[in-house]
Amino acid sequence: MSVLVDKNTKLLVQGITGKTGEFHANLSIEYGTSVVAGVVPGKGGSTACDGRVPVFDSVAEAVEATGANASVVFVPPPFAADAIIESVAAEVPLVIAITEGIPVNDMIIVKRFLEGRSSRLIGPNCPGVITPDQCRIGIMPGYIHKPGKIGVVSRSGTLTYEAVHQLTTLGLGQTTAIGIGGDPVNGTNFVDCLMLFNEDPDCHGIVMIGEIGGAAEEAGAAFIKDNIKKPVVGFIAGVSAPPGKRMGHAGAIISGGKGTAEAKLEALRDAGVKIAETPSDIGSAMASLIG
Amino acid sequence: MKIHEYQAKDLLRDAGVPVPLSQVAFTADEARAAAQKLIAETGSEVVVVKSQIHAGGRGKGRFKEHPDLGGVKVVKGADAAQAIAAQMIGSTLVTIQTGPEGKVVNRLLIEQGMDIANELYLAATLDRDSGRITVMGSSEGGMDIEEVAATHPEKILKIQIDPAFGLLGYQARALAKGLGVSGKTGRKLTAFLDQFYKAYVALDCALLEINPLLITGGGDVIALDAKATFDDNAMYRHPNVEALRDPDEEDPAELEAKSWDLSYVSLDGTIGCMVNGAGLAMATMDIIKYFGAEPANFLDVGGGATEKRVTAAFKIITKDPQLKGILVNIFGGIMKCDTIARGVIGAVKEVGLEVPLVVRLEGTNVELGKQLLDESGLKITSAGSLREAAQKIVEMTK
Repeated sequence: MSVLVDKNTKLLVQGITGKTGEFHANLSIEYGTSVVAGVVPGKGGSTACDGRVPVFDSVAEAVEATGANASVVFVPPPFAADAIIESVAAEVPLVIAITEGIPVNDMIIVKRFLEGRSSRLIGPNCPGVITPDQCRIGIMPGYIHKPGKIGVVSRSGTLTYEAVHQLTTLGLGQTTAIGIGGDPVNGTNFVDCLMLFNEDPDCHGIVMIGEIGGAAEEAGAAFIKDNIKKPVVGFIAGVSAPPGKRMGHAGAIISGGKGTAEAKLEALRDAGVKIAETPSDIGSAMASLIG
Repeated sequence: MKIHEYQAKDLLRDAGVPVPLSQVAFTADEARAAAQKLIAETGSEVVVVKSQIHAGGRGKGRFKEHPDLGGVKVVKGADAAQAIAAQMIGSTLVTIQTGPEGKVVNRLLIEQGMDIANELYLAATLDRDSGRITVMGSSEGGMDIEEVAATHPEKILKIQIDPAFGLLGYQARALAKGLGVSGKTGRKLTAFLDQFYKAYVALDCALLEINPLLITGGGDVIALDAKATFDDNAMYRHPNVEALRDPDEEDPAELEAKSWDLSYVSLDGTIGCMVNGAGLAMATMDIIKYFGAEPANFLDVGGGATEKRVTAAFKIITKDPQLKGILVNIFGGIMKCDTIARGVIGAVKEVGLEVPLVVRLEGTNVELGKQLLDESGLKITSAGSLREAAQKIVEMTK
């Protein structure tokens, strides 16, 4: 089994005629993902990806025509929040926003718009979600993944690839890998993903990768402590980061003494999570727990 | 992004938030002219000369060159304003936030003297847990608010704003009452809060802080100080704010990196890092520290690490005088490792290399990438895992 996405996922791509959108839509198709539609306002009636994907003017029309049940957003930052809201309004169950650099105030509106609605938002500023050999949504390199028994959830892109690659090399593989993104205001957080992995009978272990800033890791740790019996390996990036400096991701900043790596590591240890000392040890730490 | 107090006050004034009469001065002569103008307008000889640097604690700070002089000085008359300005401009102000090296003062704010009846604290910022803006107020104005938060958390009142409605009238009135301000002044404070919140949203602030928020003897409500930082992601829609950037206040390497769209932060260590992805870049810094050395920087070359950007990144890293070694860690993924290897080799050939360089590549065509590095004839050491790469560079720089 898997969570969020599988072979029944029908994907629509918002911003499919942009350079990044089309490039990754092609990679997703080649990976075996069912990419059923593209949405670009003003380009309805055309096609993208060498004629393989029909393009619609609006998400509502695309859903109506194709039955798309997931959307991925590659729209540039000034228009990305609007694109997310359009998919949420069209009741697309899963919206995955890849776009990096969306203004915080725009995301505050998006989060408010999501209240009381049925869609789940992943991201923004994330690599996406992948269930190996079934469905790839986002920008991650598909080939490093392998079907297996570990659920991976992470705030960082390439650091996720690092962990996934080790799990694959060690033969553990992944059920689903979820990138929740590095922005201060996002859709889905650790707790939601941990809950999903916990309920998946085929998921035998969880890798959780956090970084400095905010308190999402602490909330995740509290959830693990109360609810999760499966082995969990944790890694937190930013032990060496000085306070007050933004470390690339808008959300990766220690401010007012909050969001330090030490506090997050302490919370995870207290929840019984095995901490990987370095990013090179994530896979072996999991192997040591589940053999 | 940060701006100066005088710039924040200009933006607030434009947004309808009451601020004192004031004018910026870059020289002692300008300070004198500004003081004369204020004295003529207000009929009062009292003016305040305020150092403009991107750091707090200015009032209690002291100049290296004038140990008895603080960063903010109340004076009487234009001659006195000029004399104090002459001492401040070009001198180095050390505050609790500048570090011992201090900051050179190049700009002053010349402001009317105010009649202070009460000082409050007011700020707005994002509350990450709720994903909403929080407006915070405290009766303990003029104090270090983090200290108030630690010792008297009950003295900080918070309102969360629903973005669908903005700051509602009842919320503003409740905050004013909670701060002990009532009657006519209470209504003025409520109006102030409304304009203040609207300014925060309209300007895409990350933090807007008024400390102190002044209640005058006449019952007026005025922002006596103003600190504004902005959401970098939103600056594309505020070219007027972007234009306020003061290059003197920024790290030149960070500015250079910004022009290349590289995410770079200078640090105090000796091992330069170039990594793709922010999380992996932090993790690379961490592992350098784990093996006993200190990183010289954070540098994320981003997803599309072209040869040009890799070269630009190399130039920035190698300018650091403390540099003893470089660790390049690229998880190729979609990008091919041979392309990255060619980028690194090209950059090294162009920039030159005086310190050890360890390169760790992972992803498509990794073997070809390593082969290119090994056969380049350059002093580049390749490594398989990040652990191995970090151990090697730390060992080579000991």
